[in-house]
Amino acid sequence: MNERVENHPILGKAKHGKELTIYFNGNPISAYEGEPIAASLAAAGIKVFRYTSKNKEPRGIFCAIGQCTDCVMTVNGVPNVRTCVTLVKPGMRIETQKGLGKWKKKV
Amino acid sequence: MEKESIKKEVVVVGGGPAGLSGAIEAAKAGARVTLIDENDRAGGQLFKQIHRFFGSSEHKAGIRGYDIGKQLLQEAKDLDVEVMLNTVVWGIFKNGLLGIKRENKTEILVAKRILIATGASENPLSFPGWTLPGVMGAGAAQTMINLHRVLPGRKIVMVGSGNVGLIVSYQLLQAGAEVLVIVEVLPRIGGYLVHAAKIRRMGVPVLTSHTILKAEGKNEVEKVVIAKVDKKFKPIKGSEKKLKADLVCLAVGLEPLAELCWMAGCRFFYSRILGGFVPLHNKNMQTSIPHLYVAGDVSGVEEASTAMEEGKLAGIAMTESLGYISHQEAKKKKNVIQERLLALRQGPFGEERNQEKEKIYEIF
Repeated sequence: MNERVENHPILGKAKHGKELTIYFNGNPISAYEGEPIAASLAAAGIKVFRYTSKNKEPRGIFCAIGQCTDCVMTVNGVPNVRTCVTLVKPGMRIETQKGLGKWKKKV
Repeated sequence: MEKESIKKEVVVVGGGPAGLSGAIEAAKAGARVTLIDENDRAGGQLFKQIHRFFGSSEHKAGIRGYDIGKQLLQEAKDLDVEVMLNTVVWGIFKNGLLGIKRENKTEILVAKRILIATGASENPLSFPGWTLPGVMGAGAAQTMINLHRVLPGRKIVMVGSGNVGLIVSYQLLQAGAEVLVIVEVLPRIGGYLVHAAKIRRMGVPVLTSHTILKAEGKNEVEKVVIAKVDKKFKPIKGSEKKLKADLVCLAVGLEPLAELCWMAGCRFFYSRILGGFVPLHNKNMQTSIPHLYVAGDVSGVEEASTAMEEGKLAGIAMTESLGYISHQEAKKKKNVIQERLLALRQGPFGEERNQEKEKIYEIF
């Protein structure tokens, strides 16, 4: 699945950063340097980013500008990362977050 | 706290059209200006606005939002405005103290004048299924397609026919998606009819007196039910229509992002027309706390063009109060801007906002 807008009547051809690989629940996904995690996931057709703690309901992108915290996920073992404003890095491990998430390491 | 603080002269919080314009104006007058933005680039929501602006030439009409953004960033750079990016202002205290966080470190700044230009956030709308992935703000969808160049959905129901709903619908078409319908609960279209005509010509129906009843789907939006409403906005039984859709965009207004003003202890005023609680301010954009100014959507939700003018007003007033420009010169400059603001606040939508602003100045 590729949801990228490669050509646009006003903006022209998309100018991507360097291609890199991130991992979504262990599966490799291609991403571009300079874009937030949420964009790479949405481009791959992924919509569910986390499940709520009480009712286990799915949540995804809502505001896309770092205000609402609906899109938080566990990134490299750190829970509650706002994926719409956190840029991808090569080899990043992104996991669907359950509830408030768990810290891998004791802090 | 004051001892360890970093001394600044004018601090602007938020680098959108209002903040940038305020920073530029203050720097032009000779003040040392620091602009703080939590994103990795300033410009606020200008860079996702790919349409040409309305108004007359002094309001930058005919120029696309992102080009205005580029112009403002260049001007700020040319004037040596200090720009702190990826920096969050998490607190505001007495005597001009600001708590900031950058690179996971907390620092305290102390400023002589502060301009809060934090903008607004999109209103949600609750209905069964509104929390499902695939229901998002219209502005969020706009960010995804125009900035990140990714479609968050392909078959779309737009809720709300104000200018945001109409413009974002058109831009979703430009990005290659299908907009099934725009529903508007009022009996008339909310935004400029020229935008509505443009989208209708593309074959998108704008259904007035219609609302969304629910979004259905197991893990994400799969179906959307819309219905006609009566004069009391109650859904009419039997008028329901079920559509196969994967994205619901909510364009139901914005609310000022005024947390810092609340924290600072500003006096507020509730205005339905301006989007909710707004910090009281005078024509200089000064709040009830003398060294604290506001501009743009945080002082009442309007448009980018009015935000830029308000930012300029604040920039001039702050530097006037610091003695950089004479009262006479400031008055002349401010009068010109006030006239431009008045021109922007005309027509069926503008007039209401103008009256509301006048009310706020009066109460202040």
